[in-house]
Amino acid sequence: MATITASPPRIGLPGLLRHPAVRKLLLLALAAAILVPLADARWASGAWPSALTVDFSEPLAKASDWIIDNRDSHPLFLYFFGHVSNVVVIAVRAVYLTLLAIGWAGVTALGALVAWRVAGVRLALGTAVAFLACGLLGMWVPTMQTLALMVVAVVASVVVGMLLGLAAGLSDRMDRVLRPVLDTMQVLPAFAYLLPVVLVFGIGVPAAVLATVIYAAPPMARLTSLGLRGADKEVLEAVESLGSTARQRLLTARLPLARKELLLGVNQTIMMALSMAVIAAVIGAGGLGDRVYQALASVDVGAALAAGIPIVLLAVVLDRVTGAAGEKLGAEPEPRSGLGWLLALVGVVAVAVAGRFAGRLDWPEAWIVGIAEPVNRAVDWMTAHLYSGVPVIGGTADWAGHFTTWVLDPVRGGLQWLPWWSVLLIVAALAWVIGTWRTALTAVLAMAAIGVLGVWQPSLDTLSQVLAAVAVTLVVGFATGIAAARSDRLERLLRPVLDVFQTMPQFVYLIPVVALFGVGRAPAVAAAIVYALPAVVRITTQGLRQVDPAALEASGSLGATSWQQLKQVQLPLARPALLLAVNQGLVLVLAVVVIGGLVGGGALGYDVVFGLAQGDLATGLVAGAAIVCLGLMLDRVTQPTERRAKKGA
Amino acid sequence: MRVRNTALVAALSSLALLTGCGAADMTKQASPFANAQGAKTVTLSVQSWVGAQANVAVAQYILEHELGYRVDTVQVDEVPAWDALSQGRVDALLEDWGHPEQEQRYVKDKKTIAPGGELGVTGHIGWFVPTYLAKQHPDITNWKNLNKYSHLFRTPESGDKGQLMDGSPSYVTNDKALVKNLKLDYQVVFAGSEAAQITQMRQFAKEKKPFLTYWYTPQWLFKKVPMTEVKLPPYKEGCDADPEKVACAYPHTPLQKYLNSGFAKNGGKAAAFLKKFKWTTEDQNEVSLMIADKKMTPEEAAKKWVDSHRSTWKKWLS
Repeated sequence: MATITASPPRIGLPGLLRHPAVRKLLLLALAAAILVPLADARWASGAWPSALTVDFSEPLAKASDWIIDNRDSHPLFLYFFGHVSNVVVIAVRAVYLTLLAIGWAGVTALGALVAWRVAGVRLALGTAVAFLACGLLGMWVPTMQTLALMVVAVVASVVVGMLLGLAAGLSDRMDRVLRPVLDTMQVLPAFAYLLPVVLVFGIGVPAAVLATVIYAAPPMARLTSLGLRGADKEVLEAVESLGSTARQRLLTARLPLARKELLLGVNQTIMMALSMAVIAAVIGAGGLGDRVYQALASVDVGAALAAGIPIVLLAVVLDRVTGAAGEKLGAEPEPRSGLGWLLALVGVVAVAVAGRFAGRLDWPEAWIVGIAEPVNRAVDWMTAHLYSGVPVIGGTADWAGHFTTWVLDPVRGGLQWLPWWSVLLIVAALAWVIGTWRTALTAVLAMAAIGVLGVWQPSLDTLSQVLAAVAVTLVVGFATGIAAARSDRLERLLRPVLDVFQTMPQFVYLIPVVALFGVGRAPAVAAAIVYALPAVVRITTQGLRQVDPAALEASGSLGATSWQQLKQVQLPLARPALLLAVNQGLVLVLAVVVIGGLVGGGALGYDVVFGLAQGDLATGLVAGAAIVCLGLMLDRVTQPTERRAKKGA
Repeated sequence: MRVRNTALVAALSSLALLTGCGAADMTKQASPFANAQGAKTVTLSVQSWVGAQANVAVAQYILEHELGYRVDTVQVDEVPAWDALSQGRVDALLEDWGHPEQEQRYVKDKKTIAPGGELGVTGHIGWFVPTYLAKQHPDITNWKNLNKYSHLFRTPESGDKGQLMDGSPSYVTNDKALVKNLKLDYQVVFAGSEAAQITQMRQFAKEKKPFLTYWYTPQWLFKKVPMTEVKLPPYKEGCDADPEKVACAYPHTPLQKYLNSGFAKNGGKAAAFLKKFKWTTEDQNEVSLMIADKKMTPEEAAKKWVDSHRSTWKKWLS
């Protein structure tokens, strides 16, 4: 039901007018001709009129005071949040103590054997190497802390996500209600809701787990709902004809049929949860994230990297193993797989007990390899030699300077110069031409909400940075993606690089980025590009590769050169994938706006960080909400008519 | 509908089962990673600047090696640290730069936080230029002449005005108001984090470029990049009361320690020690420099200081 979109009425019109885009624009122009003079006369042009803003700082400050005053006495806290918090602490502690008790050898064996059973020998070796590397880097204990936190957060996210997904999958009304909620949960920068979470739970693990769940549960919910809705109608009818109840149908048919989506959901949830590891450290979650964050304080890239690498390794291993498990789901179960599991279990116990008797539960100090110093030396060399004065091409500081004055300044100036109603009109036109009147309405309302929140100017500043970053990301990403699609070797080479880019906590490259580009908006843009590039490259490559080989062969046999093939066959056929790449690029760039705030990007990102650092609920939440609105607007403007079933995936 | 309700009921009841049904005390929750070896534990909060790391490193070293405590540290900004302190999530905050609102709320009204005495270090915020620049233009160190030199401080980010670089959003700053009220031709650019600000300052210093920055003492960076303070209109009590109208320098603040009041009363030797902990700016800088510049771990740095300053810290234990 929710997938029905209204299409414009089809009235026979002559010539050019028959083109729907032209009709839409004409209609919009008509509306503008009536409304704009009215708006102009009433509130004048220029920036968003102050008469149309609502100040939320008073009520938000009151809410924050109320929480602080009632935290220790109100039943809501005593009987609900308090218990939630206790359960989280107990659960994390239980997992953590178990991991410590098994010892490093046992944990490594456990990881490797599970990977072996689920995904085969190669991944088992990879897993073992990854765990040993965490130890070698001297990060064993923090890795276990992060792992304990992740286990609990992922389990909680999966449970919450499945419940939400069940609701959305079984009821169309719930689906409509939940969709914007899930969107908000994902686009709202974590920094913005860290403060409310901290106000309720205090700093520490419970708040960190809750913040992680907010961020990581939506993909699970989306994929659960998708799986339930996608179940084969015929199978369902067959089950129904057997006279089963609704619950039986759900448990015996719909959920099992959706298991691929469910597993993909778990996979996505794990990745999202890990990407919160460092951000959660800002509110005292401990573990690897804390090491990264503390290293920042003493401007120590090497130490940050030493703690960042285990996060990358954990992410890659977990991604590959759950991915392999998903691929195996459809296949026949191996004969004697029970025996294999038993063997694996015995192996783990044997190793753990052996470790215990050898008195080797902790990672031996002597086996730690210090990478901090050489890394710092490399970074110093890089910044000393690339920052400025490079012959011919100029130093990175010069590039950053030029980028700021030639690209960022004009774009920001232009956006902020535009009268407020014209910005709304442009948004409406773009969204309507690409999508439907519904998407256009959402986009315009989102943009208007930014004005109402009273952050029009900083939001346009942020928007200018986002647009610049996305433009660069797309140029580089498409070029790389096309190259990778044409060469298997390049794609194989790129894969680990992209993995690292995507999973390395952004805090790690904060300092190198500033050291190369100076403080300001340019490093913020650079950080965003690093983060968004892998997704764009991947989607482009995949889209191009999925182009029907028959079409390629046909054009090849007609004597098309490979450049012609690319331009006339592959790119047009891969258009949906390329559009998705644009969309994802925007969303991901927006996700690191806050990180940009930490290197001088200013605008909304800075406000969000400011809110958290100063305990100022109003500034932080309002800026966060504005980022959500920007995200909503950009998503609608770039999203073609068909609803994105796979978003969140 | 039915399925959804059942799921909800199931979720709620399992939560109730897991937690038992009585009231939960939200003020008594330590970190799940704390205390894994079953020892007495103290939790200290660390702020993002190196000076704060130095305080904590030394306190931690002595607590662990002389008093037999296990110490956990939590990295958190000052204002959230006050909140954590009042809830007992952390036991002590060793370097506070003055937060009258929080003091009123937690120390005076709620009495959940107790003052822990002075740290012995006096903090001061100000505007600084690198000393090599001050030598070239001696009159640059007075705010009245700043407009004359604003062209020196131009960057792509500040456009045709001079750039005044500010740091982390967690710091106390009046700079935007100061620039406006003193009619300076400058643009405040927020580096967004201390790490970014330090990195930028070192890059400028490497090339002997002019820069004007919000900065503070005590700070280890002065040893690497010597800087001279720019005179602002003198500070008088209350001249910074209205954040919009500030037109004077920042005060000199004797930095304070704060303890959770429960811990202050029942914290035994650890609390007594933390109350007596008091050292000088030079001491703090010595440790900070080891951590930030020589890239020693805070523990190594603390050990080195503790080994060579026995007489100083013996007093804290008496």
